[in-house]
Amino acid sequence: MNLLPYTIYLSFAGAALSLAAGKRSAAAARAVALLTAVVCTGISLVAAFEFTPAAGLQTLVDVPWIASPAIHYHLAVDGISMTLIVLTGLAATAGILFSWNIEERTGEFFAFYLALIGGVYGVFMSADAFLFFVFYEIAIVPKYFLIANWGSTNREYGAMKLALYSFAGSGLVLAGLVWTYAAGDATSFGLADLTRAALTLPAHDQIIIFALVFFGFATLAGLFPLHTWAPTGHVAAPTGASMLLAGVVMKLGAYGCLRVALPLFPVGFAYWQPALAWLAVIGIIYAGFVALVQQDFKFVIGYSSVSHMGFVMLGIVAANERAVSGAVLQMFSHGVIAGLLFAVVGRMVYERTHTRQLDALTAMPLHRMLPCAAFTFVLAGLASMGMPGFSGFPAELTILIGTWQTSPLLALLAAVGVLVAAAFTLRAVQVSFFGKTESVAAHAPTSDAAHHFDCITWPEKLGAMLLIGATVLIGLKPDLLLNWIVPALQSPAFHAVLKGGSL
Amino acid sequence: MNHLPILSLLVFTPWIGALVLGTLRKLSPGTARWLGLLFSLSTLALGFVALSSFSAANPGMQLVEDLPWITALNVHYRLGLDGLSLVLVLLTGLIAPMALLASWRVERSPRQFNALFLVLQGAALGVFLALNFVHWFVFWELSLIPAFFLLKIWGGPGAARAAYQFVIYTIGGSAFMLLGFAALYAATGSFDFQVLATMAADGSLTTKLAGLGHFWPQAIFLGVLLGLAVKVPLYPFHTWLPPAYAEAPTGLSMFLTGVMSKMGVHGFLRILWPIFPAQLHAAATPLLWLALGGVVLGAFAALRQTDMKRMVAYSSINHLSYCLLALFALAAGSTSPTAGIEAVSAFNGIALQMFNHGLSAAALFFCVGVLEDRSGGKRSLADFGGVRTAMPVFAGLCGIALFSSLGLPGLNGFVGEFLLFRGIFGLTPWAAAIATLGLLATALFLLTFWQRVFHGPQGSGVAKFRDLSGWEIVTLVPAIALMFVLGVYPQLLVQLFNPLFTAWSAHLP
Repeated sequence: MNLLPYTIYLSFAGAALSLAAGKRSAAAARAVALLTAVVCTGISLVAAFEFTPAAGLQTLVDVPWIASPAIHYHLAVDGISMTLIVLTGLAATAGILFSWNIEERTGEFFAFYLALIGGVYGVFMSADAFLFFVFYEIAIVPKYFLIANWGSTNREYGAMKLALYSFAGSGLVLAGLVWTYAAGDATSFGLADLTRAALTLPAHDQIIIFALVFFGFATLAGLFPLHTWAPTGHVAAPTGASMLLAGVVMKLGAYGCLRVALPLFPVGFAYWQPALAWLAVIGIIYAGFVALVQQDFKFVIGYSSVSHMGFVMLGIVAANERAVSGAVLQMFSHGVIAGLLFAVVGRMVYERTHTRQLDALTAMPLHRMLPCAAFTFVLAGLASMGMPGFSGFPAELTILIGTWQTSPLLALLAAVGVLVAAAFTLRAVQVSFFGKTESVAAHAPTSDAAHHFDCITWPEKLGAMLLIGATVLIGLKPDLLLNWIVPALQSPAFHAVLKGGSL
Repeated sequence: MNHLPILSLLVFTPWIGALVLGTLRKLSPGTARWLGLLFSLSTLALGFVALSSFSAANPGMQLVEDLPWITALNVHYRLGLDGLSLVLVLLTGLIAPMALLASWRVERSPRQFNALFLVLQGAALGVFLALNFVHWFVFWELSLIPAFFLLKIWGGPGAARAAYQFVIYTIGGSAFMLLGFAALYAATGSFDFQVLATMAADGSLTTKLAGLGHFWPQAIFLGVLLGLAVKVPLYPFHTWLPPAYAEAPTGLSMFLTGVMSKMGVHGFLRILWPIFPAQLHAAATPLLWLALGGVVLGAFAALRQTDMKRMVAYSSINHLSYCLLALFALAAGSTSPTAGIEAVSAFNGIALQMFNHGLSAAALFFCVGVLEDRSGGKRSLADFGGVRTAMPVFAGLCGIALFSSLGLPGLNGFVGEFLLFRGIFGLTPWAAAIATLGLLATALFLLTFWQRVFHGPQGSGVAKFRDLSGWEIVTLVPAIALMFVLGVYPQLLVQLFNPLFTAWSAHLP
């Protein structure tokens, strides 16, 4: 448990080391990166094993950092952060396995990659708002370089748009936090102190500050209508980075909303709650319909991420224990599943067929040429549709139950979202991999030989197995995570805000 | 739970078979076929084991297995068997191997075909045995996946569209059913069918839902109704069915109509009837009209078909609508003083009709498959004629299946429909009167089938048709034999569920 902060330090050390190793050989850089990610995952799993769920944050490190304004280097975890830390470990490891084929400036790629991971671990452990913000920024910068240097379609545009949105969002967050600190005469930037300070503010100020902080974070979470960076960014990014972006980075935004915006400003939240819930539901349905008509395979997955993050946001703003626990479960679930989907589309299919146009993919009998990729995509697609047996099902079910308690109408619309998700996922499965299903005998043997692709490599298989294993395990035994999440929501920090209310 | 978990074995043995077939890539097609059949037969064998320890006189759940599963949502893994599920398990045990035998000549990846088929079989059994919504829904949804791929990859030219439509329709219904149960859980804290039914019976469910106002409790009922109605299907949610049944490979058509359509009817009896008695009663009249729509329009639509598979598909809509008609009649007439006796008869009729329809529809799809095989893929009524002289054995067996479906006295179909009509007539005479129109049209289209295919001048190439092989006779004869046995001695089945339904009828809501 006390080793948990080392995930941050090791990731940054690994970044430096792989940069150095990359000067010698690509293989060395890969090995360093994988080793770092695996060790960090190991540490987080050991910590998870020893973790005793409790209400409230359990401090890991707390040392004064800057005297004035009072800022502490304060790391702490609860069941929510534990869930996301384990997710980060899994997504990072799988992402590296799916980036195994990066040949161009390999060392630098993995250096940026691990720096991003280190920042993400940091955010999930920060109990000081300023520290939180620092790690948050650290996570944003490498994204830009990963996309701009190693990306594909429209990469400069995608990278720039993503960076601008992220920085604008974090600017809002910073403004809100500093305002609270100054106006509320806070004794420190610690989340607990800041909460006390925020309570002294007049309701009118709380409403405005909440909007700054929440929309700042929600930008990164892909809340409609601030989501437009997400599909372009995901599509432009190299596979490993898409996996992290959709899998983990979007969770940073949702986590920020849940950890900072809601507990600090319950009054502001109560004011904005109906509007936010509607935005979340519109996002679910709108992004689902957009995904239904995309021609670029990766855009389908990109919009599906926006739709699924809509469920996360809906769970959070429904603001009762049930819905929020579902939202956290959905964060984990979507992190794993989106990673898997991007891996299949970006790495397994695109690197071999060199096209992502669904029309072109339809013309190839892909399920016979890449049976392993087809199998993985079918499983990932089912998981993404919220099929029972995979992690998405308990998550969406819990969100639906919780949302119903807050507002039956929104729950009904979310159920429509489930249906739309099924439609676009099934379309993607059908059009991409099973476009041509006539029997083998109908084809001249030569036509198949023309499309001969390399087999799926071992790193790909390992990464896929890791993620599929995680989604199935949580699908069959959601208690593993819910037993951490539910106690964490009993914390006094959430008492003022998690009372549901009716919309 | 000290006894052998027979019910879990029933559900999971086919899945183990699927896993074996799925992982052993080097299996020869022949071995894969035999292994598939063997695992498929496990249901029949285990079904008889369950039958031997089943006490029909006890109307409660038997051989119950109960394990805690998701504590955060208070979900228990609970399986149980009563007369209704036992009959459906036996039906599955009969139809599944029959469908695999009918698919014996599938040349394209028989290993994968059988693996998917076994997944489907296990999921159907899970639906029949589950007592908690969460894993009931797991099995319910998972059954779609193998069905989708079997239909899409092994189906006919229009299969892609049919498969997509089939899955989206069903998921469309299920999404709202899921929401309905989420809402029930939000109000009661339980997903357990029996717990919810008890709450419904003592009125506490209504009290708990009262806080939602007037509209939302109705919406919950409609959501659950929609999920089940699409599956059966209830008119007008049936439009996915004819293309799906028509494009599916023969074995899958047999299983879809024989077993999967029963999942919906079973859901009506297991979920809607006990948990939503008041809402069902209130909605009974419009629902009766919808069921009548299925009975009458289904039969007339079948009459208009030239594609034989579509004809049998519409006849399935017609036959299953009788089951729903009886159930809605029960809901409508449950307040009349003499309802008890009619209710027993209607319930027994529903269960018997499910079994009978499974036998006759599967047999008919198999017969159409034989004709397709002999003619090189033709299915139109116009392409045949005079088949009787070329294939006398086939004509005999197919004729029996046709007349069973038509409800000829002496064969099984008659007993089921008689019980159904007796019940419906006693409860809602007007509905019974209109439904006879459907009976008439059913007789018409089945006789048309018989006449156009087996009589008249021989169609081109018909003279060269081979009669049934020994293999095909083995596939068909068990079902045909049962049609006679149940026609003469329906008590064989009825005794399994009669006490259960007598108990239900004694407590009509």
